[in-house]
Amino acid sequence: MSLVDPALATTVLERALSRGGDFAELYAEARHGFSISLDDGRVERPQDGRERGACVRVVQGESSYYGHVDGHGEEDLLRVAGSVAQAVRGEARGPAALGAATPAGGHAIETRPEEVEAARKADLLRACDERARSAGQEITQVRVGYAESRREVEVFNSEGRAAADDRTRVRLGVQVVARRDGRVETGSDTRGGHAGWELVEADPEAVAGKAAQRALTLLDAVDAPTGRLPVVVGNGFGGVLLHEAVGHGLEADAVQKRASVYAGHLGDQLAEPFVTAYDDGSRANDWGSDGIDDEGTPTRRTTVIEDGRLVSYLYDVVRARKDQVESTGNGRRESFRHLPVPRMTNTFFAPGDATPEALIGEIERGLYAVSFGGGQVEPATGDFVFGVSEGYLIEGGKVTAPVRGATLVGNGLEALRAVDGIADDLEIASGYCGKAGQTVPAGVGQPHVRIRELTVGGTAS
Amino acid sequence: MTLEDVARHGVEAAVAAGATDAEAWAEEAVSRRVRVYDGEVESLSDAGGRGVGVRAFVDGRSGYAYGTDLSEDGVRGVAAAARAAAEVADPDEYGGLPDEFGAAAVEGLASPELAGWSTERKVELTLAVERAARERPGVTQVENAVYSDAEGSVALANSRGFAGGYDATQAWAYASAFAGEGTDLMTGLGVGLGRDPGELDPEAIGAEAADRALALVGARQPESRRCPVVLDAFVAASFIGFIGSMLSADAVQRGRSLFADREGDEIADAALALADDATLADGPSSAPFDGEGSPSRRTPLIEGGRLLTFLFDARTARQAGRATTANATRGSYRAPPSVGTNNLVLEPGERDLEGLFADAGDGLYVTDVAGLHSGVNPVSGTFSVGASGRLLESGAPAGPVRELTIASDLVSMLKAVRAVGSEARWVPFGGSVKAPPILIGEMSVSGS
Repeated sequence: MSLVDPALATTVLERALSRGGDFAELYAEARHGFSISLDDGRVERPQDGRERGACVRVVQGESSYYGHVDGHGEEDLLRVAGSVAQAVRGEARGPAALGAATPAGGHAIETRPEEVEAARKADLLRACDERARSAGQEITQVRVGYAESRREVEVFNSEGRAAADDRTRVRLGVQVVARRDGRVETGSDTRGGHAGWELVEADPEAVAGKAAQRALTLLDAVDAPTGRLPVVVGNGFGGVLLHEAVGHGLEADAVQKRASVYAGHLGDQLAEPFVTAYDDGSRANDWGSDGIDDEGTPTRRTTVIEDGRLVSYLYDVVRARKDQVESTGNGRRESFRHLPVPRMTNTFFAPGDATPEALIGEIERGLYAVSFGGGQVEPATGDFVFGVSEGYLIEGGKVTAPVRGATLVGNGLEALRAVDGIADDLEIASGYCGKAGQTVPAGVGQPHVRIRELTVGGTAS
Repeated sequence: MTLEDVARHGVEAAVAAGATDAEAWAEEAVSRRVRVYDGEVESLSDAGGRGVGVRAFVDGRSGYAYGTDLSEDGVRGVAAAARAAAEVADPDEYGGLPDEFGAAAVEGLASPELAGWSTERKVELTLAVERAARERPGVTQVENAVYSDAEGSVALANSRGFAGGYDATQAWAYASAFAGEGTDLMTGLGVGLGRDPGELDPEAIGAEAADRALALVGARQPESRRCPVVLDAFVAASFIGFIGSMLSADAVQRGRSLFADREGDEIADAALALADDATLADGPSSAPFDGEGSPSRRTPLIEGGRLLTFLFDARTARQAGRATTANATRGSYRAPPSVGTNNLVLEPGERDLEGLFADAGDGLYVTDVAGLHSGVNPVSGTFSVGASGRLLESGAPAGPVRELTIASDLVSMLKAVRAVGSEARWVPFGGSVKAPPILIGEMSVSGS
């Protein structure tokens, strides 16, 4: 069941190259999504969406020309190809011959989510609501969201690539508010993957329980300390620190524009020899995984930091061409309405051999940052800021009181250099990453990681 | 089918499928985007899009569906999916279409000038933005110079007989410039917006990006202190946008706003006046009606420091026993309407920026904040966000600073406003906000 016939794709690429260009591509997509939420005890906002569209792109030298259109009709595709070609100045070229686009596979789906009755999805939300509320009388509000999506993708390019992918994702998220006296705290947790209904069907209440526990814990929180402190970052979602403070700076578009603090550091020792990090879009059923990227390049594991040395950036086709290397399968886009740019897939520190307890045990006074509410980084300088949504004091080698309002402020290069311990408990969490106006699913993860010293901005004086 | 036909057909099809009430929002847009780098076009796009979203009500339950297929069958499929989705929702006694509809007269939403601009001229304008930034001595790089425009049409229809539509145009440009080298590289953003490219000043946009980066060169981490803080218009707008989202009646009714139960209270210094206004000719989010057909208006939110009202759509108004303020907003046809801000306008005061510096004396001038949305607890309002800017010494800008956090809580901050600046501007990120710089009497600044 193909979206665009290879013969039509060939005609579209011919039209796109009719006024020249080094490279042309047709990206076609059919999307179907369903989402539903529960708030205040009520199941609401069931939503069903279907979109079909395509994007035509021509690259000439360092310039990309593109256009997109809703639908896959022959007339529409040829019109957009013609319109894109208008911007190009050069001699007409012919594309290489195209075969049929065969789906990449690699991520098994046991139960197709769209085949599960909507009523069961509503029941899943109710079960989570009930579990969160049963965690304590102090739980005053629960919000649960479930979303599923299927994206069928086909990519044809003038170099003869014909590739397809069929991507199914599900995600469950729970947010909880707890109140005691005048104090109000929130906690959340999510579970998501490139997977079917089976991922959320197995003990969904665990997600609710964890969110509730986080909110309840924070009710006892003390003000966060301020100053330069050793920090142990939690596994799983703690990896957002690596994603933001290092990963974005390794994306080749930022590097080539010298808009990254990591530009010019390839081969340099940036961290202790026990630090290794990967971007891996091929990990089975992980949230940031796909069969191919959005340019048809198969996803793969790319070692970015090996034994402390920076060994690779993350490439899409256009940036790889410029550096005369192969694409690393990181050309991703939000939809057919966007141009692909180098993006992380699942980015994580490789596990070490320490235990989390050992990392914490050596700290006299510090911060244990389990989870972040979000973060921001300036890739050009590597400066970052993270809000700690769940954090604890470390006192005398032990995790003690929960803290509220802590912020981590620092610089990626400095933080990387300051990593002085990695545990053995790798975990990948599901997040969304925004860049250049596009949001894509991204897996973040790591084992417990210790940073010798970071600036903690707190509320305590 | 015209866009209005699509909307009407969506409503009829939903009713035919068993909906007791229905509403359809159809839109189409063409847009152009130019990105230049190093004096060359990096990317250029020409795009068209259209779609329809249908909201179906069935005995107090509501469901939503959308699609890009605007053929008769396609729209019927969307309507049927909305009707089916409604089945699984729980009934909502306050749900349903608004009780009254209409369109306000809002002038100037679409500029006929836009159509007269060739792609070549738009590329020239973008190059001029980049050049203006690059030519400033000390600028080491212009990472991005981007021009974008859109020409869109919207049609809304519902089963109570409302049908309306409007056209709007937008043009905007921005640049991000770097100054300094290595880990001392500083970035600055310049931005401008209007209804057509003729309203953009490329030199001013490029120069703003350059000046913001240059002002930070050599920035160091300051010592921790408590001091007066001047927030520039960008930063003030970010905070105001966040506060606006907390004034949504939906956030209030769901217990997710620190302003719940504060209606009528003094929540800010008397100098502060804030309104939501969807009728301004130059407001990026202006429109004749909101996302469910309520006529647009100006709603004063804070006056003399007092919180006058929350922002309502039909549903939240019904629950509160009030009238809608026409704040049912839509990002696109891909989502049902939800309560949000239109254009937030912070009334300017009398002091120019130098005057605010003079009033601050020894303090901090903040020109950028990072992590606002993750750094603020929406329920308690406490926040701690990363910031950069300049120290103020005896009322004048002194050394640049970075890697610091400013912390307070939103209500304390609003009450500590000492003066509102006179120079207001539209800031298109974090919602659509028009704000001047503001002076906060005291905040906690943490550095080394």
